[in-house]
Amino acid sequence: MSEVLAIVLIAAGLLFFAAGSIGLLRLPDMHSRLHALTKADNLGLGLLAGGVALFAGSLAIALQLLLIWLLVLVASAASAHLISQHALRRGRGQ
Amino acid sequence: MTDAHWIPLDMLLAALLLGLGWASVATRDLKRGVALFIALGLLLAVTWARLRAPDLAMAEAAIGAGIAGALLLAALRDEDRAVLPDAPIGGPRLWLLNLFCIGLAGAVGWGLLDAMAGSDGIRLAEVAGDHIPDSGVSNPVTAVLLNFRAYDTLLELAVVLAAVLGVLSLGPARPGFERAGPVLGGLVRWLSPLLIVTAGYLLWVGAHAPGGAFQAGAMLAAAAVLLRLGGRADAGLPAPGALRWLLVAGIAVFLVVGLAVIAPDRAFLQYPQGWAGGLILLIEAAATLSIAVALALAYTGGRPPGWETAGRLSASPSRREGQ
Repeated sequence: MSEVLAIVLIAAGLLFFAAGSIGLLRLPDMHSRLHALTKADNLGLGLLAGGVALFAGSLAIALQLLLIWLLVLVASAASAHLISQHALRRGRGQ
Repeated sequence: MTDAHWIPLDMLLAALLLGLGWASVATRDLKRGVALFIALGLLLAVTWARLRAPDLAMAEAAIGAGIAGALLLAALRDEDRAVLPDAPIGGPRLWLLNLFCIGLAGAVGWGLLDAMAGSDGIRLAEVAGDHIPDSGVSNPVTAVLLNFRAYDTLLELAVVLAAVLGVLSLGPARPGFERAGPVLGGLVRWLSPLLIVTAGYLLWVGAHAPGGAFQAGAMLAAAAVLLRLGGRADAGLPAPGALRWLLVAGIAVFLVVGLAVIAPDRAFLQYPQGWAGGLILLIEAAATLSIAVALALAYTGGRPPGWETAGRLSASPSRREGQ
């Protein structure tokens, strides 16, 4: 049962990654590209980590994955903010 | 999954590595080249993990992609200021360079082929594997690096020190960054203590699981890089007087331990039985600090302020006034 749930979570995570990557390639300007990439990838990584944690079936590994996800969330949110702020100041948002 | 399931993934990984490697040197745009090189480093780390070499994967991700990427980006930032020779390399010089690279690649390839197919003598890995219980640690990589092949690692630390002496001879450090805004500032305040704790953990865990001095040193250096990006021009490093000692601490402790264990029946760096674990931890702790300081100084790009006068044995304030 938990394996089915894990596969569903991982598949959903991959879907978000794919959507984020397509957004990065297809969206017209930098800010919307960043928006698509960070939001979709953060959620995708969370789903992926949840699925992998279910597969591992151990609380210690699940907590480590949670910690990794939180660190990536903080880092990617901050770097997305820095990139878009830099672009805004340089006036290259279009 | 069986090995056959991995083949498509491995082929994809190998193709991506080659493609990224080619793209990073072939591009005319330096910024793009650096970005591709960092991606190459991360993919190389995945490749090491796939080859079941987690120690190397961590070192590659931390040093190859992380610190080296930060160094390249810092050099890129300096490029506007620096005076560059504007004539690109061409003609006979380019041919010589290409010939040299092809010759080097051929020699390395021949060495690999010879090591994999040619030799049918004793495999050193098996001999080393059999003696791990004697080494004082249970992580085979640490056993080889700090015990069986300690001499090599001592020389590697000397190479790191020599490289930093080169950086220090370039002149004063680059100007720092302006003070970071609330988001980056908050991230720096959050992450740097975490990086320092992680470095301590990696140093300690290296005895029985993937980790060790190089990975721990890279983590500490990453904290320094982060602090500098956040607006601290000194990258959070101690005063130059202490810095000089920290820079040589790795080699110094290694040498002192190596010489101290010499006895009628023991050679240089041949640790006595039962002491090996503690001595390895001592050497690795010193090496971690030296590697971290070396990488951080390389990132600042030159001598920190006050370097010339600090750390001299005669540098008490009263004596300095008399000079």
